[in-house]
Amino acid sequence: MARVNPTRMELTRLKKKLVTAKRGHKLLKDKRDELMRRFLELVRENMALRERVEEGLKNANRNFVLAKAVMREETLNTALMAPLQSLSVEVGSQNVMSVDIPKFDYKTRTPGENDIYSYGFAFTSGDLDFAVKSLADIFPDMLKLAEIEKSCQLMAAEIEKTRRRVNALEHVMIPETEESIRYITMKLDENERSTQVRLMKVKDMMIKENIEAKRAAQN
Amino acid sequence: MYKGVAVIGDRDSIYGFVSIGLSVFPVGNREEGLEKFRQLCRGDYAVIYITGSLAAEIEEEIEKVSEQMTPAVILIPGVYGNTGKGRNEVRKSVEKAVGSDILFGGDK
Repeated sequence: MARVNPTRMELTRLKKKLVTAKRGHKLLKDKRDELMRRFLELVRENMALRERVEEGLKNANRNFVLAKAVMREETLNTALMAPLQSLSVEVGSQNVMSVDIPKFDYKTRTPGENDIYSYGFAFTSGDLDFAVKSLADIFPDMLKLAEIEKSCQLMAAEIEKTRRRVNALEHVMIPETEESIRYITMKLDENERSTQVRLMKVKDMMIKENIEAKRAAQN
Repeated sequence: MYKGVAVIGDRDSIYGFVSIGLSVFPVGNREEGLEKFRQLCRGDYAVIYITGSLAAEIEEEIEKVSEQMTPAVILIPGVYGNTGKGRNEVRKSVEKAVGSDILFGGDK
């Protein structure tokens, strides 16, 4: 147990501390529960999305391998050397239970849907078109995955932190404070009793002295 | 604010991403990957897609940025097959949050 001064002031302070700790404990517990609920929702979505993206990428990769097989390496390199399209992502953020989770919104430099084909069609095989198209199709999902997966990571970290705090309050801080309060209360009571006894003793002695003085005077 | 999207990994797995407007950084080996990845993290990228096989080699480096909001480092399967690492990462974050793997305990 922590060493505390058994004084009334310390007692008041500790009682206030206990109230705050209990309140904090309750709030943090609520926060943890809500975070957990959101997290579980999100992580299920994350897994489903990941499966979809991985499947889509597998397809896209297969198409690229096919394209590579029917075209000369140099032709392929030239075809993809100067991309028409360039893409940027707007990063926003959303606050969920004090966790900042990212929101990604992408914007392409040109609005044209066909700008993903950065080459003339004369020297490349149709397989490449398919490959590029399949990649372009999966990209919105990929970005969504990035957003959700990052959110999951951040929330997981926050949940871990919150859980530690809740546990620390529940199992260390609150019991210790309660223990200290009990110790002080008992010590103060004990002091009071001993003071009382002392006073009674003193009174007894005084009375005795009085009586003896009177007897001496009578004799 | 607007930021870019980067893809890093072995060349064969990622060269296609150029066409849809992402920045592609092919790397050959671990050292190269490590250096490039660090450089990308300092750069202005919102998302970094990384192939599973490269991610396995520079794990500690990825761990370092996991607490920041950007860049989001996302694992993708490479052309040489899926390492299953991406799903593992998801599972790991569940374990971190819940304390045990309650969602995907059944498979693999």
